[in-house]
Amino acid sequence: MTPQAAKKLAWGWPILFVLAALVPLLHPSSYMLDIGVNVMIWAIVAYGLNVILGYTGLLSLAHAGFFGIGAYTVGILTLKAGWNFWLAWPAGVLLCALLGYGLGLVAFRTKGDAFSIFTLGVGVIIQLVINKWDRLTGGNDGLNGINPPPGLEGLSKMVGLKLTGGFYYLALLALILTVVVVARARFSTFGRSLIAIRGGEDLARSAGIDVYAHKLRAMLLSTAIAGFAGGLYAAYVGFMGSAITGPVTAFTVLLYLLVGGLGTLVGPLLGTGVMYTLSQGLKGLQDYQYLVFGPLLVLLVMFAPQGLVGLWERLKGRRGGKKDA
Amino acid sequence: MLDVSGLGIRFGGNHAVRDVTASIAAGQITAIIGPNGAGKSTFFNLISGFYQPTSGSITFRGEDITRLKTHQVVGRGIARTFQTTTIYKDLSVLENAMIGHRIRTRAGLLDALLRTARERQDDAGSRAGARQALERVGLASQADRPAGALTQEGQKRVGIAMALSSDPKLLLLDEPAAGMNPEETVNLMGLIRDLVAGGLTVALVEHKMSLVMGLANQIVVLHHGQKIAQGTPQQVGHDPAVVEAYLGSHAHGGQMGHNTTDPQEAGHA
Repeated sequence: MTPQAAKKLAWGWPILFVLAALVPLLHPSSYMLDIGVNVMIWAIVAYGLNVILGYTGLLSLAHAGFFGIGAYTVGILTLKAGWNFWLAWPAGVLLCALLGYGLGLVAFRTKGDAFSIFTLGVGVIIQLVINKWDRLTGGNDGLNGINPPPGLEGLSKMVGLKLTGGFYYLALLALILTVVVVARARFSTFGRSLIAIRGGEDLARSAGIDVYAHKLRAMLLSTAIAGFAGGLYAAYVGFMGSAITGPVTAFTVLLYLLVGGLGTLVGPLLGTGVMYTLSQGLKGLQDYQYLVFGPLLVLLVMFAPQGLVGLWERLKGRRGGKKDA
Repeated sequence: MLDVSGLGIRFGGNHAVRDVTASIAAGQITAIIGPNGAGKSTFFNLISGFYQPTSGSITFRGEDITRLKTHQVVGRGIARTFQTTTIYKDLSVLENAMIGHRIRTRAGLLDALLRTARERQDDAGSRAGARQALERVGLASQADRPAGALTQEGQKRVGIAMALSSDPKLLLLDEPAAGMNPEETVNLMGLIRDLVAGGLTVALVEHKMSLVMGLANQIVVLHHGQKIAQGTPQQVGHDPAVVEAYLGSHAHGGQMGHNTTDPQEAGHA
C-alpha cells in the first residue's frame, strides 16, 4: 500500500470505531456482544502475527504460546499473587516482549522454513510447560475463577450496561490501541525496513539495514501484542486450559490473517470478524464445519491469495481500469 | 581508497578467491574482469561484507573493515547493486530509494510508536535523501510508480538510486549492463560517468568489453580466483597472461567466445 492510499484509508478507521462503539447502545443480545468481544480479542492476536509474518515475512508458530503466556501471567498473578488486574496486564505484556526478544536471539539464527519449524517447536514446548507445571498453572485443570478487572463492573453499571458491555468497550479500546501501535510501526522508518526485509533479506542487508536488529524488534512487538490480547482474554473468560496456548490456536489465527489479507492494516480485523462469526454460525455442524472451511480455504488460496483485502483491491482496480477505458 | 591485501575465501576445499592484493583508487572507475567463475562476484561479496574472508584484510579509507557486517560496511560508505535487477518491485520507486537511506537514520521502534521528533526528522530526511538519489539517476519524475513497472534500464537505475541514497563514497556495480540493449548500455555508461564526475568512486564487474574498455581507468583481471593483472585498459589488453586466460577459456566456449559472437559487442568495437 502506498502512503497516499494509507492516508485515504485512515479516515475509515475513526468511523468504524465510532460505529463499533454504538453497538452496545442498541441493546444487542449478550450472545452478539460476546462474539464482538471475542472477535476483537482474536483480531488483536492476528495483528500481532501480522507484524512478524505480514510485515517482516517470518512465520512464527510460537505466537499462540505468547498469547498463553500473557493470559496465564494475568491469571496467576491475580489468582495466586493477589495482584490487581491493571498491574498484571501490563506485566504480562512486558514478560511476553522480553521472552519474544529472547526467543528471537536464538530463533533468528535460522531462516525461512527452519525458522517456522523452530518456532513451532517452541510453541509446543510452551504449551507443554503450561500443561505440566501443575503447581503454577493448574495443569490439566487449568485456571478457574479469574476475576474481571476491578472497577469494570461498576463502570458498566454506571452507563447502564452489563459486565459484557463493559468488556466490549475495554476490548474496543485495546483494539484501537493495537491498530494505532501497529499502524505507527508500519508507516515509519522502522516499518519500511521491515517491508524491505520481507521483500528480500540479502537485498535489505546490502541496502544497509541491520536485519537482525530489526527482526528482533519486530518479534518483540509481535509477542507483546499477543500477550496483550492474552491478558484481556484471561480476565474476560475467567477460566482457561493449556489447549488455547498451542499451535492449533496459532494456525487458527494464521487462517484469520490469511483470509483477511496478510500485511494489510484492515486484514487482521476483517479476517477475524468473518471467520470467527462464521465458525460460531456453523457450530451446530460440529466437526462437519470443516467440510465448509476446507473448500472455502482452497477457493480463497486459488482466487484470492491476498485475502479479502487483496480481492477488494483487485475488484476496485478492475473497475477503475474500465472507467479509464 | 580501498585496499585489499592477501584476500581469500575457501568454500570447502575450493578457493573461490585466493590471495588477491589490489587497490581501488578514489575518483576513478575500476573494472573487475575475468572469465566466468573467476571469482569476480565473490570478490564483491567479500568487500561488501556478505562473505567473511578466510584470509587477508580489507582497508577502506584507512579503516580495517574486514570483519564488519554488511550494513556496517554500507554505513562506512560502500554501497552495491546486484547482478540481476534486484529491487523491490512491489514498492514505489521512491520507497526503494528510501530503504537505501535507512543506514543514515536512527529512528527505531520506540520512535515509531511515539512519533518522536527523531522519527519525523528521519522520515523527512529519508524522503529528501531518496529524492536526491532519484534526481541523480534521472528518475525523479517516476518516483511514485511501482518499481516493477519500469523498463529493465529503469529498474537498474532504481537499484543504483537505492545504493546512492545511502550516500556512499564507493559504489560497487555487479554487471550493471546485464540484459540491456546497446542503447540502454550507452545511457548507463553516461550515468556512471556523471556519477564519477560528481565525486563518486566506482568499481564494477562487467562482461561487456565495450563498456569496460570505454569506461574503466583501471582494470583488475581475475582468473581462477587469483589476480593475474592490473593496469590501464591498454596495459591489460596487451598482457600475455590476460590473453592466455581469455584464449584458454575461449577454447572451452567461455567468455571470449561470448563476446565475439555477441552482435551488440561487435557494434561497439
